[in-house]
Amino acid sequence: MTFDWNWDFTWEILPRLLAATVNTLLAAGIGYAIALVLGLVLALAQRTPSKAVTLVVRESIEFIRSTPLVLQIFFVFYVGPQFGIRLPPWVSGMIAIGLHYSAYLSEVYRAGIDAVPRGQWEACRAINMSTRDTYLRIIIPQALPPSVAGMGNYLVGIFKDTPMLSVIGVTELMHAANAIGSESYRFLEPYTLVGVIFLAISLPTAGAVRLFEGWVRRRLGL
Amino acid sequence: MDMSEYPLELPEGDRPMVRFMNVTKSYGRLTVLDRLNLDIAEGEMVSVIGPSGSGKTTVLRMLMTLETINGGVIYLDGRPLTHMARGGRLVPADERHLRKMRSSIGMCFQHFNLFPHMTALQNCMEGPVQVLGLSRQEARERSEELLQMVGMIDKKDQHPSRLSGGQQQRVAIARALAMRPKVMLFDEVTSALDPEVIGEVTNVIRKLVAEHHLTMLMVTHQMGFARDISDRVCFFFGGRIEEQGPPDALFGKPERDRTRQFLSAVKEAG
Amino acid sequence: MPIWDFIHTYGGQILGGTLVTCAQFLLASAVAVTVAMVAGLGKLSRNLAVRGAASVYIEIFRGTSLLVQLYWIFFVLPLFGITLEKFWAGFLSVGLNVGAYGAELVRGAIRSVPRGQWEAAYALSMSPARRMRRIILPQAVQLMLPPWGNLLIELLKGTALVSLISVADLMFQAKQINASTFLSAQSFGIALIVYYVLARAIVTPFMRWLERVMARRLGRA
Repeated sequence: MTFDWNWDFTWEILPRLLAATVNTLLAAGIGYAIALVLGLVLALAQRTPSKAVTLVVRESIEFIRSTPLVLQIFFVFYVGPQFGIRLPPWVSGMIAIGLHYSAYLSEVYRAGIDAVPRGQWEACRAINMSTRDTYLRIIIPQALPPSVAGMGNYLVGIFKDTPMLSVIGVTELMHAANAIGSESYRFLEPYTLVGVIFLAISLPTAGAVRLFEGWVRRRLGL
Repeated sequence: MDMSEYPLELPEGDRPMVRFMNVTKSYGRLTVLDRLNLDIAEGEMVSVIGPSGSGKTTVLRMLMTLETINGGVIYLDGRPLTHMARGGRLVPADERHLRKMRSSIGMCFQHFNLFPHMTALQNCMEGPVQVLGLSRQEARERSEELLQMVGMIDKKDQHPSRLSGGQQQRVAIARALAMRPKVMLFDEVTSALDPEVIGEVTNVIRKLVAEHHLTMLMVTHQMGFARDISDRVCFFFGGRIEEQGPPDALFGKPERDRTRQFLSAVKEAG
Repeated sequence: MPIWDFIHTYGGQILGGTLVTCAQFLLASAVAVTVAMVAGLGKLSRNLAVRGAASVYIEIFRGTSLLVQLYWIFFVLPLFGITLEKFWAGFLSVGLNVGAYGAELVRGAIRSVPRGQWEAAYALSMSPARRMRRIILPQAVQLMLPPWGNLLIELLKGTALVSLISVADLMFQAKQINASTFLSAQSFGIALIVYYVLARAIVTPFMRWLERVMARRLGRA
């Protein structure tokens, strides 16, 4: 058995890994912000009167959800140059991961909106509210609390999927661990540390999401 | 559809607050309302009774424009509600026309439909501020006055989840009144309530009838209440008005067999 | 290169990769279902050690990334004397990862079986094992099948990562073709479509069929 944990090596590489963790968090944050906004657009696009728009949006969401993110990352990164558009790894990575998760978030929003009782829409009509105000002031505030759990899960999910960005050279945590591994031929410490860092961030985040969900409910008097 | 028999505007001297003219509503092959004709005068209180499935709730929902109609025209204060004049003839109303006309109508629902994320006061202020464009100060004064009227002023900062059904319904009435409608619709507003709190809601409606000059249309299962406060009662059966008249006549000496059967069945159940 | 020429030239390679992906999918699914059952039941156990072990497994595999787990199992486990061939490391990682999510589905479904069913079985003085097997699990399986349908799609997508330890699956072949032709839209595009077809035309309909079969067996259809 060649198991020998080297603590000196651990302390040597830890700063480098923690620095890369900042990039991981940045990637997750940017990707999530894109997904939050784009997901809402996709959810609302399915509520337009046009059947054709609904159908195209629905099928696109299904397509994005049924195909691997890592393949989508490659696709976005490599297809641009074929047509003369060269996107930096960060940009293609954020497009791919943001688009991927927007498909999931749109489903969360959609379920939340569908869960708002029909009487709420009717009450808005009875006080003659515009469609825009109906969404902004009545429907979305009620659709959000039940969506918070799903939104939180995908925040943790997007964070855990950021290592896939390493395949096109985004310099996040996994990329740093791979680099350390190929320089030193030691894999035990970098890969184990990456796992520990992920656990140390995702477990408390999942807990915080649950607390936040309760807070939102109370805050809105539900 | 030939619309030439419907005037673009009702003539002076023949302008009830609400006029249903040959109004038909169907879902697929099922006809819920069959060429309904009904006038409601300004300030009149009309109750609608009838067995379930007789189309009585549909009447209210069509007037609130929650349902589109398949035939006929509804006029509100002499002007077409479900249609609008375009090029000298009536065409189905667009959203803009509906929004303009709808502001004269208020509605209370069986299940209250208060906005759960807003307090009682915020529920009442929402329409005046967002739709009518009142200042928050004006809207607050108006809403507090109405909450006072329905006896809910001391609960104005509570969310609906903290209120009983009767209290929620009283807030809902205040919310509808805050829009200063010309016509108020009450759709089975006591049906979802526990028996002991029905009185607090019906008392509010009694007060409205006594003190305000509002046109009201009410669907109800409470025959005694309908008899007390209505100017006129319409008995619906199978999508048509089977019989209508002053409450004492309709409840005291019904002319039609179906009315008698319905009233005696309700009496036995009650 | 016209798309038909492209398919003519590289179709065999893509088909080979697709078969490897299917094999990875089936083996990983078997692993996932098995460990999900064990860990899901384990988390409901009265025995603290069993419950603890199940929780640790679930939290570790849900709390970290599949890619991290894959690299760890492939590159680090050999240091502990456990060397897995890449094909094995691939489907085991994917299966263990998805199994942790599946365990939560198993646990949730078992706990959703109405209390009255437990009490009725108890009143018939069934042993705990028999109660679980004969009364609770059949009802729980029906409850958890729809979310398992989604989870198996996630599993299928997860198998694409085994290409990163050079298992010659569909994703791997797409990368190879891309590297030698630079026809990225074609190579990655076709791979995307194949994954989509596998998910929508095979996995989802199969799960729907399974739901119907189970519903019939419970007399609910």
